[in-house]
Amino acid sequence: MAIDTQIGQELKRKMTCIVCPTGCQLEVEKNADGKLSIIGFQCRRGEVYAENEITDPRRVLTTTVKIRNASLPLLPVRTTEAIPKELLAKAMEILAQVEVTAPVRTGDVIVTNLLDTGIDVIASRDMKRTEDVA
Amino acid sequence: MGEKTHYDVIVIGGGVVGTALLRTLSRYQLKAALLEKHAEVGWGATKANSGIVHAGFHNKPGSWMAKLCVAGNRMYDQLCDELDVPFFRNGLMMVARTQEEEEILQQFYQQGLENGVPGMEILDGDAARRLEPNLSEEISMVLRAPSGGIVLPFELAAAMAENAVSNGADVYTEVEVASISHGYDGFTITSKDGGTWKADYIVNSAGLFSDDLARMCGLDVPSLIPRKGEEYILDQRVGNLVRHTIFPVPTPKSKGILVIPTAEGNLMIGPTALEMPYKDDVSTTTTGLDEILSFTQGLVPKIQRRDIIAAFAGIRSGSPTGDFIFESSNEGKAVHLLGIESPGLTAAPAIAELAAEMLAEAGLPLKEKPNFNPRRPKVIRFKRLSDEEKKEVIKENPLYAHVVCRCETITEGEIVDAVRRGARTVDGVKFRTRAGMGRCQGGFCTPYVVKILARELGVSPLEITKRGKGSELLTAEAKFFLKGGETNV
Amino acid sequence: MFNTHYTDVAIIGGGPAGLAAALAARRAGAEHVTVLERNHELGGILQQCIHNGFGLHRFKEELTGPEYAYRFIPQVEADPNIHVYLNTMVLSLSPEKEMTAVHPVHGLISLKAKSVILAMGCRERTRGALSIPGTRPAGVYTAGTAQRFVNMDGFMPGKRVVILGSGDIGLIMARRFTMEGAKVEAVVEIMPYPAGLARNIAQCLEDFDIPLYLSATVTKIHGKDRVEGVTVSQVDNGWCPIPGTERYIPCDTLLLSVGLIPENELSQEAEVSLDPRTGGPIVDENRETLISGIFACGNVLHVHDLVDYVSDEAEIAGEAAARYALKQTADGVLNATNGKVDKFAIKPGDGVRYVLPQRVTKGAEVDLYLRVSQPMDAITLSLSGLTLARKRQVRPSEMLKIRLKAQHWESLLEAGNAEGRELCLAAEPR
Repeated sequence: MAIDTQIGQELKRKMTCIVCPTGCQLEVEKNADGKLSIIGFQCRRGEVYAENEITDPRRVLTTTVKIRNASLPLLPVRTTEAIPKELLAKAMEILAQVEVTAPVRTGDVIVTNLLDTGIDVIASRDMKRTEDVA
Repeated sequence: MGEKTHYDVIVIGGGVVGTALLRTLSRYQLKAALLEKHAEVGWGATKANSGIVHAGFHNKPGSWMAKLCVAGNRMYDQLCDELDVPFFRNGLMMVARTQEEEEILQQFYQQGLENGVPGMEILDGDAARRLEPNLSEEISMVLRAPSGGIVLPFELAAAMAENAVSNGADVYTEVEVASISHGYDGFTITSKDGGTWKADYIVNSAGLFSDDLARMCGLDVPSLIPRKGEEYILDQRVGNLVRHTIFPVPTPKSKGILVIPTAEGNLMIGPTALEMPYKDDVSTTTTGLDEILSFTQGLVPKIQRRDIIAAFAGIRSGSPTGDFIFESSNEGKAVHLLGIESPGLTAAPAIAELAAEMLAEAGLPLKEKPNFNPRRPKVIRFKRLSDEEKKEVIKENPLYAHVVCRCETITEGEIVDAVRRGARTVDGVKFRTRAGMGRCQGGFCTPYVVKILARELGVSPLEITKRGKGSELLTAEAKFFLKGGETNV
Repeated sequence: MFNTHYTDVAIIGGGPAGLAAALAARRAGAEHVTVLERNHELGGILQQCIHNGFGLHRFKEELTGPEYAYRFIPQVEADPNIHVYLNTMVLSLSPEKEMTAVHPVHGLISLKAKSVILAMGCRERTRGALSIPGTRPAGVYTAGTAQRFVNMDGFMPGKRVVILGSGDIGLIMARRFTMEGAKVEAVVEIMPYPAGLARNIAQCLEDFDIPLYLSATVTKIHGKDRVEGVTVSQVDNGWCPIPGTERYIPCDTLLLSVGLIPENELSQEAEVSLDPRTGGPIVDENRETLISGIFACGNVLHVHDLVDYVSDEAEIAGEAAARYALKQTADGVLNATNGKVDKFAIKPGDGVRYVLPQRVTKGAEVDLYLRVSQPMDAITLSLSGLTLARKRQVRPSEMLKIRLKAQHWESLLEAGNAEGRELCLAAEPR
């Protein structure tokens, strides 16, 4: 559980690290001078995660966009990197309007510079044209 | 939406009785139609029926139930052969565990003799266990009736309707009758959504709602007693625990809780018998399940809770007199079939003959059709074919090589065939083909069945329902909500 | 009759397990490998798992399901000695490793293999298995079925959703439904702790403020034609609903994420013995079942939480199946020592739900995979009294892996702890 306790400028937060399946239980403490103390991580990535989670929480967005002329009506896509968490909903709305046409290859850029993040949305699988599928 | 045809006969209610009658009528040179409230025929009490073709020792000699049960039982071999519906005479066993029960059992034996039940025998517990090794050790005496059988009730109703339609009858589904009037030009039937149908004769085979319909025709009939039954289906893995249908000694209200092999190789346990204030509560309950389990474990101890794969419930139209009730109104031109509870499935073909006779007595000419075809085209059940036959079937139609339901090995070819024979819904496909009836209960095949139904019916998958209007499976196309779309659910 | 095809290694299922097994079998020298896949493409369930989180162990990257599958598919397709039959359903399998299958073009296929790898995956537990009382309206789906509708078929099965069970697929679908504009009202879990990974609780529920009710279950489904709501009740320690705790949650959809069951109908047809604890075959360190020459890997063997371990396991099976096939002489008589070697049974002891493999050759260095029976802060894992490892923060949802080394064998045999050829793996809190 992400539990926040705020006392003046000090902040104490418990969180689950989502970097890997281990799911370490982290505790972050922000002192009055703004310094962070982090405990509970089993690797360096957990420490970085906790720090980001306080300063700039981000998530990789995985979803679908519509695709024409393919054996399926949807193409799975992802952001190349994690985007700010508060942009997820807006990004979904934008991607709901996107429609592509097969064929598509894994890694093809579907949307460049999503919401000015400098991060692209790419296809996460191949999708052949229906006519090309025997 | 008015229908132009003026029918000779309209049958209201497409359960196993109504469809049997429609098929009987389609033998004759007349124009007959069936009105069914649900999206498909056989979806009232029929669908939830246990599928037992009774021998006829349960009912009082001289009653309609006794007469029509024994008569109906005799008709099943030919009927199911003509319609290609699986039917097996697996035999029935009524078991006694106490001296008191043994005495009652002897009375049923005598009753069976009087009713003309063939081949009955009384066995002691050990002799019975040689035939059925999984019977409880406590069972001391058994009445065995080899003429008892099992059938798939929904499949039978669907097959009779299909055969009737191929012989010229019409079936209208999702038609719920609101009123019936009788005038110089015959009967006018109005449905809840405003459609009208005209006929010279009508038959009320509306099951649980047949009392309401009889009253629409001005008859003063006692109310039927809705009696709910819950049943539970066990995994095929334990399908061979028993071969006979196992009955306890009955109670005054019902034949008791049974262990029933199905025509598809599963075991079913149930039903409960609970009188209900309403006619539409088909929910299952924890108490019902517990009651059934503890009772049937007393008959066959190897039955286990973890083997249950599905549950269902239905409402019987309990008769206030304890017997079938046959009435007529409007100078005999309206025939009412009421209180058709167990052994209604067994009796159905005989009831159909009787109803046709009642119509004839009221003046309906029954002239045989020279070109009546009693046979329904064979249903290909891929799983049951030999390797050679499978090969042939696939060569003819490659859709039979696409297994859609992996638990029951049901192919796309069978599903397409079911749609062409009248399936309109996911449950309709399921009950006709068994796709979705297996261990995964449709988890794997439902998306494919929806797709195939939509393609064959030429509609969007959004219009595909589980069992008729209001039970749509899908709510919206992908991205619809994100584009600000609203649905009315 | 019709012609029988011959192959060295036949693999039933072209999902993550089948793909890795095929490549491993070829690397180990199998000349001809056949993959039988019922879908129109390879990849299995990964193709509908469009979320990321796959491959951290194997590729040190966070891949989506399809991306993970594409780490294998092109290699399989490029190998002319791996024959892939798509749209092919295996109908029967015998202990003699003969199969029949159906294919839309080839019709009924008969195939005989020197060794067989079972890689059929698993299926979802359903409402019937739970016996939830109430009506049977439209709108009740297993989480995986809903995932297929939403991610592949392009339809939303509902707009207001309750999820029963906190398995990973259910948690992932809670996020997907929310992201696609539906409302997830609650996730309801009968156990006092979640069934899925902690990271999925965090990123799929907490990120979207979706409530998780623990020690609770759905006690009734409402709605005649379509789901209109569910009743949720708290349960006691014996999982019995506590009267008076009922709350009604309006919804149009109930998703079930209440567990997966290895799909072993074919295995049983081939007389393969199953372990009631895993629901999958009993295997040795080579993932060979008790039927010589039939191997198993992936979710058909036991339900995994990480695909990375599926691939590892499939490689073990693929390599061993290839070795088995190579040892066979032309007339099919085996000249290996299988069945004669010294095997020890490994049984789950206190605190362990299951351990795999269930049989290990004496002295073999193997990784043991296990699940604990309940969450524990800190445990000692011991094998018949010999301490093997210590672990922290263990939960049944996370499969543990420990290595059984040569020195362990020495200690076990020396101390006489391996009497009766049975070893017992226990997880004790410390």
